[in-house]
Amino acid sequence: MTRPTPTGTVSGTSSGTSPSRGPAPLVLGIETSCDETGVGLVRDGVLLADALASSVDEHARYGGVVPEIAARAHLEAMVPTIDRALATAGAKASDIDAVAVTAGPGLAGALLVGVAAAKAYALALGVPLYGIHHLAAHVAVDTLEHGPLPSPSIALLVSGGHSSLLLVEDLAAAPVVSLGATVDDAAGEAYDKVARLLGMPFPGGPPIDRAARDGAPTIPFPRGKAGDGTFDFSFSGLKTAVARWVEARRRAGEPVPVADVAASFQEAVVDVLTAKAVAAARKHGVDTLVIGGGVAANSRLRALAAERCESAGITLRVPRPGLCTDNGAMVAALGALKVASGVAPSPLDLPASSTLPL
Amino acid sequence: MLALDTSTPACSVALVQLPDTAPPPGATRPLASRRIVDARRHGELLSPLMRDALAEAAVTPADLAGVVVGLGPGPFTSLRVGIVTAATFAAALGLTCHGVCSLDGIGAVTSGRTGVVTDARRREVFWAAYADGERIAGPAVDRPDRAADLLRADGVGGVVGPGLALYPDAFANAAAAHAGTGTGTGAAAAQYPDPAVLAALAAPDLLAGRAPAPLTPIYLRRPDVAEPRPAKAVTG
Ligand SMILES: [Zn+2]
Repeated sequence: MTRPTPTGTVSGTSSGTSPSRGPAPLVLGIETSCDETGVGLVRDGVLLADALASSVDEHARYGGVVPEIAARAHLEAMVPTIDRALATAGAKASDIDAVAVTAGPGLAGALLVGVAAAKAYALALGVPLYGIHHLAAHVAVDTLEHGPLPSPSIALLVSGGHSSLLLVEDLAAAPVVSLGATVDDAAGEAYDKVARLLGMPFPGGPPIDRAARDGAPTIPFPRGKAGDGTFDFSFSGLKTAVARWVEARRRAGEPVPVADVAASFQEAVVDVLTAKAVAAARKHGVDTLVIGGGVAANSRLRALAAERCESAGITLRVPRPGLCTDNGAMVAALGALKVASGVAPSPLDLPASSTLPL
Repeated sequence: MLALDTSTPACSVALVQLPDTAPPPGATRPLASRRIVDARRHGELLSPLMRDALAEAAVTPADLAGVVVGLGPGPFTSLRVGIVTAATFAAALGLTCHGVCSLDGIGAVTSGRTGVVTDARRREVFWAAYADGERIAGPAVDRPDRAADLLRADGVGGVVGPGLALYPDAFANAAAAHAGTGTGTGAAAAQYPDPAVLAALAAPDLLAGRAPAPLTPIYLRRPDVAEPRPAKAVTG
């Protein structure tokens, strides 16, 4: 729940509407691609509300997100979360000028709840609907904190569901170009699996990050696809290497140095992520890198990215952790950019697509 | 009133004039109605059908007095599309949204002892038993032969609904003898829950200004998941 002080003039980026017609459009954003029901409200680049309901606790005992449990939770949380966002922003439903919603990619049943809700809201209010690409929204959320994104920029998105390097030109109007992505597990998925191996809770990112602070990255785990010249990632081999190493210790009856394993695993992940992100920026002559997704909250990823960007002369932009994970603010942010650019709205038969291409 | 149901392969919408007094369920004639049968596309179809029905009846959302939705039982995914659509649509307009058991959208307009069976997939049916339109058993989910036994135990002679065509053997001696006397549109009306009937069933609560119960979907099944076993060894 944040309410930053609006800065600058009210007309700001509202090129799509006449400034004499009053304030910039109020855009509602709905995100349900995984286990978080997120509802955000954005007006003129300013985040007015970011309400979130999470079903993560219900998934913890299963060691991963269970799609049916997530979809059930989205249905229960949808109206209360919208109401909470409106209350936080001090707005009424009738104040909303446009509705944006994640149309994909994500869990099919989960996406469908959000898309259906967004359509109903737009139809009831007689306002336009905008289908949003989840990954583009992860990039767009940074504009709420750091202002308009220079064109072009590189974005590194890492979470339990995605690991992607993107080339971003015009977020609102031009398609985002995928430079590379994981060929197997997402980085966050590898964190979850290694955490489970080490007896840590789900999701695995925070406990591994904490444990790693007391350890040293002394174990030489493999860096998948590190020198292959592509911008793709692979974390499956790393995960298996960690499991083999830990099992060998256990079989030999030796204690497992959990902190060192965590630190070594984490270093292997963030080393490849940051090296490829910087290489992508160099290759495309880009001087801005945005990092987003749940793994962007990782302290070592932030530190190493800052270090490597500094020495490469690249400006690093990372939203605060609450905006890196899935949320409605990011969807509202990209929706607001589309409204301001005069992009055509989506039709009311907009499908939810679990594999939506960029 | 806007009413909708997505608990079967049919995606159904009806706009109904709220009467001054509670109508008998079968007497409700919608101002406009839409139905498309496509089990996989409720999410795409529903809002456009609502828009089209509103346009045909020359009704704007602001004119509505309430929203009614079938709560199932039905396949999880399409069921949720209907409930979240109805709930969010109502919330945006500051209206109440009333939920009704979807099987009542078929059973409430039957006479005598009648069973309603719909497809629950996985070789099972959702079913309920009705006595002159009042639900006396169910909703429940069972294998077709078990459902047929339970319906017989409730004294049911006739069976209606899409489950009948799917499992003719199980319900063979329970032909649709007592079906569809209310709507006057015969067997077709009994195939899928009629949102106009759901609206009529919710009308007394709406007229009395009673606060609706929470819109809890009638899933009748738990999520299909197992807790993981301890991490498997990757080596030998
Ligand atoms: Zn995400």
